[in-house]
Amino acid sequence: MFPIVEAEFLAPDVKRFVIEAPRVAKKRRAGQFLILRLHDHGERIPLTIADSDPERGTVTIIVQGVGKTTKLLNMLGAGDAILDLVGPLGSPSHVEPFGTVVVIGGGLGAAIAYPTAKAMKEAGNHVVSIVGARTKELVILEREIGAISDELLITTDDGSYARKGFVTGVLAELIESGRRLDLVLAIGPPRMMQAVAETTRPRGIKTVVSLNSLMVDGTGMCGGCRVLTNAGARFACVDGPEFDAHEVDFDMLVRRNRTYLQNESESLKRFLEDPTRDLERVRESCHLEQRHPEVRREASRS
Amino acid sequence: MSAETTDPATPAVPPSKKDRMKIPRQHMPEQDPARRRRNFEEVNQGLTVLGAATEALRCLSCANPKCTAGCPVGVKVKDFVDLIVAGDYLGAAAKIREDNILPAITGRVCPQETQCEGCCILGNKFEPLGVGYLERFVADYERETGQVGLPERAPATGRRVAIVGSGPAGLSAAGDLVRMGHEVTVFEALHEIGGVLVYGIPEFRLPKEIVRHEVDAMRKMGVDFQTNVVIGKTVTIDELMGEEGYDAVFVATGAGLPKFLGVPGEHLNGVYSANEFLTRVNLMRADAFPESDEPVYDCRDRDVAVVGGGNTAMDAVRTASRLGAATSHLVYRRSEAEMPARAEELKHAKDEGISLMCLTNPVAFLGDEDGFVSGMRCVRMELGEPDASGRRSPKEVPGSEFEIPIQVAVIALGTSANPLIQSTTPDLQTTRKGYIAADPETLRTSKPGVFAGGDIVTGGATVILAMGAGRKAAASIHEFLSTGVWDATAAETPS
Repeated sequence: MFPIVEAEFLAPDVKRFVIEAPRVAKKRRAGQFLILRLHDHGERIPLTIADSDPERGTVTIIVQGVGKTTKLLNMLGAGDAILDLVGPLGSPSHVEPFGTVVVIGGGLGAAIAYPTAKAMKEAGNHVVSIVGARTKELVILEREIGAISDELLITTDDGSYARKGFVTGVLAELIESGRRLDLVLAIGPPRMMQAVAETTRPRGIKTVVSLNSLMVDGTGMCGGCRVLTNAGARFACVDGPEFDAHEVDFDMLVRRNRTYLQNESESLKRFLEDPTRDLERVRESCHLEQRHPEVRREASRS
Repeated sequence: MSAETTDPATPAVPPSKKDRMKIPRQHMPEQDPARRRRNFEEVNQGLTVLGAATEALRCLSCANPKCTAGCPVGVKVKDFVDLIVAGDYLGAAAKIREDNILPAITGRVCPQETQCEGCCILGNKFEPLGVGYLERFVADYERETGQVGLPERAPATGRRVAIVGSGPAGLSAAGDLVRMGHEVTVFEALHEIGGVLVYGIPEFRLPKEIVRHEVDAMRKMGVDFQTNVVIGKTVTIDELMGEEGYDAVFVATGAGLPKFLGVPGEHLNGVYSANEFLTRVNLMRADAFPESDEPVYDCRDRDVAVVGGGNTAMDAVRTASRLGAATSHLVYRRSEAEMPARAEELKHAKDEGISLMCLTNPVAFLGDEDGFVSGMRCVRMELGEPDASGRRSPKEVPGSEFEIPIQVAVIALGTSANPLIQSTTPDLQTTRKGYIAADPETLRTSKPGVFAGGDIVTGGATVILAMGAGRKAAASIHEFLSTGVWDATAAETPS
């Protein structure tokens, strides 16, 4: 069981959690993720680790309430606990002094890009961050990303804050300005990452993306997270989550991520009609776990 | 043993050997196929007390029993069967536990026909003794009466052993080591203990309740279980032996990487590896969606094809049927005679209406406009000369391509070595195919203090062979911890 020690909303439905997980905190490096499960009937979902504090023994995740499990998670707060949390999973970001690194975060992608941007800065890179959001109130981590970036450029789709437009527009301008860009790191919705890849491809600028494919175990066992690259099928959970953007088949990623759309919306609908049952399950699971580890297994799946 | 455990049906004086040989092998009651093909309840219902007592009478009590030699963990079959004949079922269970920490599990999933029962002298003229049935019977009897006889522990040695993986190899090693007085921690990457026993083997063959019960018994014996720890990621082997202070490590992670066919269309939506399909249903209970959150692609009234001929393929195809599939095809490139699955599993599958498509191999998966699998292009096969495995090698029949409509496919072609541990433990030698190199007798690896066994050394095998490796590892680890001697030449990389 993994206690939540801090929880705060960064934007509507976007919440930052600090969770006690000493082993994960100690080991985690930028670019890695964890998998958690909230109760005995819950699903396992992967979430990027935004930050960690090895001394305090905590990891930070930033969660956008999109589906059932993330919405349920966002109802929890300090004092609650996560039933199962495993990590750090995936390969860490490849960080070295490249020169000028452009880090692009679209929507929640900003939270996922942040740890790698920070590591890139610490490695001596000139970091240009581009943060894109649909609208002003969804711009997250502006202060944090600003603090570790040499330049911070913000766009909103509706123009309600900073520049109106998409992240690719800003990126295209940077490229056209003739500046030398040594690496572009893009994290966000698959179609955004694909657009970034197409923007940098003609100039041959090395571009890395972090892929959010469907996963179950996260250790390479199930093969559900397979993504197609020039080198054939790869498992995002162990070979990734970061891949060369110019080699990824984004259409396949988008297609496979649609596998359970119907189930996901059914699950969400049921949950929103009555969230209390799942909340009780969370509390019950964690309560039992704390009291007596083997009781949980007996109580499950009744 | 107290008198209550003696069933009145057991004759006070056993009949003569000649009479006993006339007793027919007892039949295992089964759930009706028409009913069970749509539910996840256990297929085999277990012998009754009378059935077990009768079956036990068939044992010839050989002076030199061959059954024990045929058992990968050396269960003293004659001794425990004698105890059943005497009506001492708890004593029989305790006798099995001396060699086999998981009798309720092995009694259900062991390929007895090729092991203990395959060596039974009765089998020469009659049907062999139902050793598996009897093993299961006493384990279930013990559990149902709530009187699990935990083996005694030797005095604490103060030595600590880390076991990586909570599948059959890890559990079996843990059971032996804890009895020898060592402090044992078992690390599991998933949230539930049991490895392949809980994510791979379906409830209708091995109810999870049985696994939980065995694991709880081990917990009571003092084994420490830690879930949600991925060795190689959360903690490395070096850290276990360094700052975490373990004196020895046993790597029993299994060979978890799924194999795919490498044919066009196999990454379409609805094409699963057996590992994923079974994990979703067994571990995550996707069959209960939306009561459980993890989904599996809806098989109801759809046509499902499972590719492969092993026990995992059998599990997957029978699972598809239980998920409501209209047709569940088993597609295998050799003939029925070459299928590696247990005969009983194949029979059960057939009884449940599985459609067998032997001498058939998929060459492509076809998709609809949304990227979901909609069909499978197959080619007919014929058998040629025996290959390295001793089985006749299949060859394509030219011009025999045909297509069948399917909406879900499961690829059950076995697994290969997961590189997670090897890649984070640089001084651990691996074989050409990426398995961990370990001495076949001592299970010592190239890294002092580290032992490895089960599927991560041998490649995919059976539960009982993994348990055999676990026992071997325990004996070898015990020797190492007692003597402190590590023979550096012991581990050599097999070619």
